[in-house]
Amino acid sequence: MKEAGVKAWLPSLLRLALVVLLIAFVTNPGWFEPLLKPLTESNAPAIYNQGSLLTLTLLHLRTVLIATVAATIVAVALAILVTRPAGVEFLPLSRSLVNIGQTFPPVAVLALAVPAVGFGEKPTLIALFLYGLLPIFENALTGLTTLPANVVEAARGAGMTGWQRLVKVELPLSAPIILGGIRLSVVISLATATIGSTVAARTLGEVIIAGLLSNNLAFVLQGGLIVAALAVLIYDGLSAIERYTARRMGQETA
Amino acid sequence: MIEIEGITKRYDATTVVDDVSMVIEPRTIVVIVGTSGSGKTTLLRMINRLVEPTAGVIRLDGADNRSLPGYELRRSIGYAIQGHGLFPHRTVAQNIATVPVLLGWDAARIKRRVDELMTLYQLDPQAFGPRYPHELSGGQQQRVGVARALAAEPNVLLMDEPFGALDPIIRNKAQEDLLAIQKRFGTTIILVTHDMEEAVHMGDKIAVMDAGKLVQYAKPAEILAKPASAFVETLVGASEKPFRLLSLGRVRDAVETGTAEGEAIPGDASQRDALAELLWSGRPALPVKGADGKPLGRVTVGGLVKRAARPA
Ligand SMILES: Nc1ncnc2c1ncn2[C@@H]1O[C@H](COP(=O)(O)OP(=O)(O)O)[C@@H](O)[C@H]1O
Ligand SMILES: [Mg+2]
Repeated sequence: MKEAGVKAWLPSLLRLALVVLLIAFVTNPGWFEPLLKPLTESNAPAIYNQGSLLTLTLLHLRTVLIATVAATIVAVALAILVTRPAGVEFLPLSRSLVNIGQTFPPVAVLALAVPAVGFGEKPTLIALFLYGLLPIFENALTGLTTLPANVVEAARGAGMTGWQRLVKVELPLSAPIILGGIRLSVVISLATATIGSTVAARTLGEVIIAGLLSNNLAFVLQGGLIVAALAVLIYDGLSAIERYTARRMGQETA
Repeated sequence: MIEIEGITKRYDATTVVDDVSMVIEPRTIVVIVGTSGSGKTTLLRMINRLVEPTAGVIRLDGADNRSLPGYELRRSIGYAIQGHGLFPHRTVAQNIATVPVLLGWDAARIKRRVDELMTLYQLDPQAFGPRYPHELSGGQQQRVGVARALAAEPNVLLMDEPFGALDPIIRNKAQEDLLAIQKRFGTTIILVTHDMEEAVHMGDKIAVMDAGKLVQYAKPAEILAKPASAFVETLVGASEKPFRLLSLGRVRDAVETGTAEGEAIPGDASQRDALAELLWSGRPALPVKGADGKPLGRVTVGGLVKRAARPA
């Protein structure tokens, strides 16, 4: 009994520790200087000194959030459209469009977007948005096309309109699968956002690039670790929401 | 009253329902039987327009069922299907409240109705209302499915093999519950099944479908006594016929004067049960008692056997 209790709590404790560590690091990076110092050469600074880590972390998250929200809205709307009777003929077209968004390397998107919209956050948002579409669209499509037939039948038989069926039955039932797509998209975006700093977007990529330019391993590592910690925590949190919504419906989750 | 007039449904070249006409009297149960693929489900679904007919008219209390938008029509007609189709993301109470919510009833009225139906179906509203469908047994899920179909007090209830997924004991109970509820609310029920036993037991009238055509529409006793075709004869099951005929009658209607030894059988038991009891116990006669426990007389093997014979 006792052992099982500890086992059940361990992941939560680890997560909590990671949150605390992350917050401590971005708010008081000075505390961690002794740990990173050995990675630097010839008295270079061990902690990023060209801006606040906290600000960069928040800007990084903001960029990912805006891109993901936009990608979610567009991908889910598209999936809804092509699963309605009137929109089925657009299914192959929208599939290929979204696939192109995915296969285009983000660096190339940045290169193409800069002349059009200038340097800064905008080209990064465009790249992340295009990159985030596919997992959400594919999952939303799977969710909306694999609904249990007798449940949909019951919704129609009860006198729900097409819109009511969508909002009250189809979307809630596919929510766990759609959330899975959003989770994938967020994690990809968190990592990809770093390259936005090559076109002057203010993200944690700045820290990594500064490290690469000045041959400072400590910078590279701290930028990378913050991104990794964010990815793990957000992935975990979204997984928990997914499991909750699925379990409420009596679905087994892996 | 439901008037079905020359209803036909074709998918491309195949005619799935072929020129079916029938009238369903209010407050009765009509059972549609037939082999798999004979068009029962399609016929049923044309009544609430989940399927639009290729030709023909269906009138509900005189009004063409196309005079309303489909979704409004369906809110006024109960619909229960095999495997219940409960919404897995909604609680039992929310599931039952589906149509009343769509109709915009106020919260207090919805709660009253949900509690009433749950109590009627022996599900404690406090205990079961907040649960999710997957937390119920198969029999409970099925009851919630029927309660949901009845929630907005429809005059007409369509049921497509509603008991198909239940084991025999729960199935019997579900049939009895449905008969009791039909009496109480006076609902007109159209029930699809492929089980002749269920049809004879539940139906005021039976409609037999074969390859999209309505081949006989009559009272159970008549279907048993005068099957309209070899197909109906087979469906009825020649060897089962006398017993099905007996299962239609109550013991009280077969009572003869006189007395008999042993435990009395209630007057509202079926004649088939009485015969089974006589044969099993090897006695020639059984005493019969009324609902109040008073003796009514007796039933005899000879008397019941006569009743099981083909009616003149
Ligand atoms: N949407 C449809 N498109 C084409 N054929 C259909 C469709 N729905 C039903 N059918 C066909 O119509 C026939 C009757 O089906 P159904 O009414 O479900 O029969 P039952 O309920 O008696 O088993 C079957 O052969 C079935 O394949
Ligand atoms: Mg069927």
